[in-house]
Amino acid sequence: MILKGRWVRIHKVVLEPVDRAENLPADTGKVPYEMWVKGFLTEDAELGENVFVETITGRIVEGKLIEKEPAFNHSYGNFIPELLEIGLQLRKIVSGGENNQ
Amino acid sequence: MFPGVRIINNSYKAVMDRRNEIMKKAIGIDYEEFESKGTISFDYERMMEKTGYTLSEIIGIQEESGVGNTPIMEMKNITELARKISKNNKAARIFVKDEASNPSGSFKARRAATAVYHAKKMGYKGVVAATSGNYGAAVASQAAISGLKCIIVQECYDSSYKGQPEIIEKARKCEAFGAEVVQLTVGPELFYVFLRLLEETGYFNASLYTPFGIAGVETLGHELIMQCRERYGKEPDCVVCTNAGGGNLTGTARGIIKAGARDTKVIAASVDLAGLHMASDGQFNKKSFTTGHTGFGIPFATWPDRTDVPRSAARPLRYMVRYVTVKQGEVFYMTEALAQLQGLERGPAGNTSLAAAFSIAQEMDNEQMIVVQETEYTGAGKHIQPQLSFARENGIKIMFGDPKEEIPGMNIILPEHPSLLNAKDLNLNDIKKSYIENSVERISQRNIQDVEFEFLMEETRIEEEELANIIREIGRWDNGKKR
Repeated sequence: MILKGRWVRIHKVVLEPVDRAENLPADTGKVPYEMWVKGFLTEDAELGENVFVETITGRIVEGKLIEKEPAFNHSYGNFIPELLEIGLQLRKIVSGGENNQ
Repeated sequence: MFPGVRIINNSYKAVMDRRNEIMKKAIGIDYEEFESKGTISFDYERMMEKTGYTLSEIIGIQEESGVGNTPIMEMKNITELARKISKNNKAARIFVKDEASNPSGSFKARRAATAVYHAKKMGYKGVVAATSGNYGAAVASQAAISGLKCIIVQECYDSSYKGQPEIIEKARKCEAFGAEVVQLTVGPELFYVFLRLLEETGYFNASLYTPFGIAGVETLGHELIMQCRERYGKEPDCVVCTNAGGGNLTGTARGIIKAGARDTKVIAASVDLAGLHMASDGQFNKKSFTTGHTGFGIPFATWPDRTDVPRSAARPLRYMVRYVTVKQGEVFYMTEALAQLQGLERGPAGNTSLAAAFSIAQEMDNEQMIVVQETEYTGAGKHIQPQLSFARENGIKIMFGDPKEEIPGMNIILPEHPSLLNAKDLNLNDIKKSYIENSVERISQRNIQDVEFEFLMEETRIEEEELANIIREIGRWDNGKKR
């Protein structure tokens, strides 16, 4: 049970494929148009239930409850070995260590 | 039915059909006033004059909110690198205007400052902006200063709920400034959601393309010229602008002209994403740039009036003298060079113009100056490492080689050697021709009128005779008629 007043994320299908814009690429046209919004839960609810939230600007939005206290987990990703090589090469050229002429 | 209760039809078609009515309320500009009725022409300069602000007013507005006066810095080590690898050992001095030092981390703060100021002055309680880019954070930041509510609408995820790390970071930044972020899947229906939000809230449409938004960027061009004159005793030979919707270039070029620098050339640069469809769900996460690319740059140059306002104030063909593309791998490479040689972590998307400038500088003489007119902030998600990491996860091959061979959506080729970094010229005349074709398409069953001919001359800066030839080719010119 997620309590009323908790900060949550909801999901909603805005347009079913049949209601979408014309002239979409085929892959886009066959999937629904979806939306995600965060807000304070207006009533106690379980994940997966249809709920209302009050967003940070005070709008009331309806959608399926998908996440409690959503956090940002984006990061600096995995190690990219190529980046090390670029720096080493550039410093060598600028300091005159590579003969380019 | 209850008397007095209006049933509102919110279907896609119904909302799109009332778009003009919604936009009029949400911007407070009557664009009709500038139209030349029954023709394809409108009075651009009068629109900028009547609905914008003067340069000195804008400087005042921006100073109030901590925007502008960003440093200009000489990239001595990058210039040295360019000289070491160029064919004749010559290269122009490369400078960068560090727009990342604006409150929200990009030049977009300039656009947002005027839009939000105007919204507040007009009595709107909040602002809405449709953007997956730095503009969202800029509007959110300015709204926070002004005490206005703010909603940012983003295209963020594909249909498997996989989001572009760069866009997720921008959502975080918007939320950090107290904004609501509405995130959507891929498709042009973002505009439908945007219109419904304007209708629901009665907030101001802080469009990127209003006259005050574009006028907000004029200070950048103006400032840049003043700084060059004061510090280096001359005006730059070239200014390179990363080009997407055209507002950055248009505003900067107008500011340069207002500063009286008639000989400074304005060059557009975009990341080459040829072959990737911008509205494709499947290709959404195959690209490593979400702005500054040809997927926006070309369509907005060849038809500017495709935005969230009836007439875009961003009209880049009026100002650019050259348009080049660079590859994703080249921009990533220059982003790393900026960190490793100049101690500046910025971008990546904003470094599109830096990659182009590095190449163009090698066509120039040592005493000449080339200015990269922006940088943008960097951080988790919005940084070469997570973006390359994300590309690799999505099956994009990352390798060293000749960037000429890069195929967007398939691979990212980092230059094996900096001498392989080459900006590629687009045929600007073809782009102008395409704009003319798009314009003439809107005239049905008649020849082009004089007022339209003059308008197209202003829009494209094509000489009279050449324009007449192009229009004859299209078949909308009365051959017997002499101008």
